[in-house]
Amino acid sequence: MDANERAARQRKRRNWAIAAVLAGVVVLFYLMTMVRVHP
Amino acid sequence: MANIDTFVASRPAATVGDFFALMKPRVMSLVVFTGFTGMAIAPASANILTAFCALLCIAAGAGASGALNMAYDADIDGLMARTAARPIPMGRIARGDALAFGWMLAVAAVATMALFVNDLAAGLLAFTIFFYVGIYTLLLKRRTPQNIVIGGLSGALPPAIGWAAVTGALSWQPLLLVAIIFLWTPPHFWSLSLFRSDDYARAGVPMLPVVRGKRSTRRHILVYALILVPLGIAPAALGMAGPLYVSAAVGTGGVLLWRTEAVMREADEAREPAARRLFTATIVYLFLLFAALLAEHLGGIAPLHAWF
Repeated sequence: MDANERAARQRKRRNWAIAAVLAGVVVLFYLMTMVRVHP
Repeated sequence: MANIDTFVASRPAATVGDFFALMKPRVMSLVVFTGFTGMAIAPASANILTAFCALLCIAAGAGASGALNMAYDADIDGLMARTAARPIPMGRIARGDALAFGWMLAVAAVATMALFVNDLAAGLLAFTIFFYVGIYTLLLKRRTPQNIVIGGLSGALPPAIGWAAVTGALSWQPLLLVAIIFLWTPPHFWSLSLFRSDDYARAGVPMLPVVRGKRSTRRHILVYALILVPLGIAPAALGMAGPLYVSAAVGTGGVLLWRTEAVMREADEAREPAARRLFTATIVYLFLLFAALLAEHLGGIAPLHAWF
């Protein structure tokens, strides 16, 4: 695997990690809003 | 399009693991642990999701502080063997990316804490990040040998943040835990600086052994250890903890003093084996102290005065 291919793979992994974190934040904010609205 | 490809290819190829390393995961785990202890011993109960959210914010705040510290100290990190393998000096993460990541994480952590937990916990978290980055990293670290003494306040605050997250207030109990970590910091970092003094001298960081010499550092460690160990027992004497905590505080406190005494008598100034052992002993000391406190509260073991 050459350097460009490796860099592309790492970038893809980073993008997936960012997507996962964003999804987690959305779920957390939704759940926390529910907790605040219906304590 | 070709220009964009060239630009992207010229960027350091950072992995997810590099960004994780940027957050100083070992420091973060200690911060989360002491923050969780502060939450667990608080005389109130929080919704489990709110407690989880607070812990997440504490972890993110600690991670942000670590990333910003690495970004601002990248020049000296590259000069020291202990820190040369960090992602920025290794060229895996660009300094600007680390700054953006750190500030974004810091703002997100404080805002989330304010939105879903409470203002006091958010304020304390913001103060902790500001103190670590602004006061310790940017102001004190390169200017005074008291850098880690004063800067230690930021690492000491998580139990107070945890307590405030649950109760919405502060009292003497979390502040006592803050005082214990505050006094624990100098023996911990000065023992490290004894066996890493060449590193600090090369980077021009005015740690105590570099500025005042090793003999003075050993005396400073002894003074702080002599104050720390009795203070470590204070939570039991003041009705905060029970027999398990006393055993841990006396036992590991004794080991800490024994290791300190060995540091005072150290003859091998090149390798400093006693300082290495003291460094490990300080980590075990703080971990066992907080683990005992946590175990007693989660296990429902009564404070010491209830046994007599």
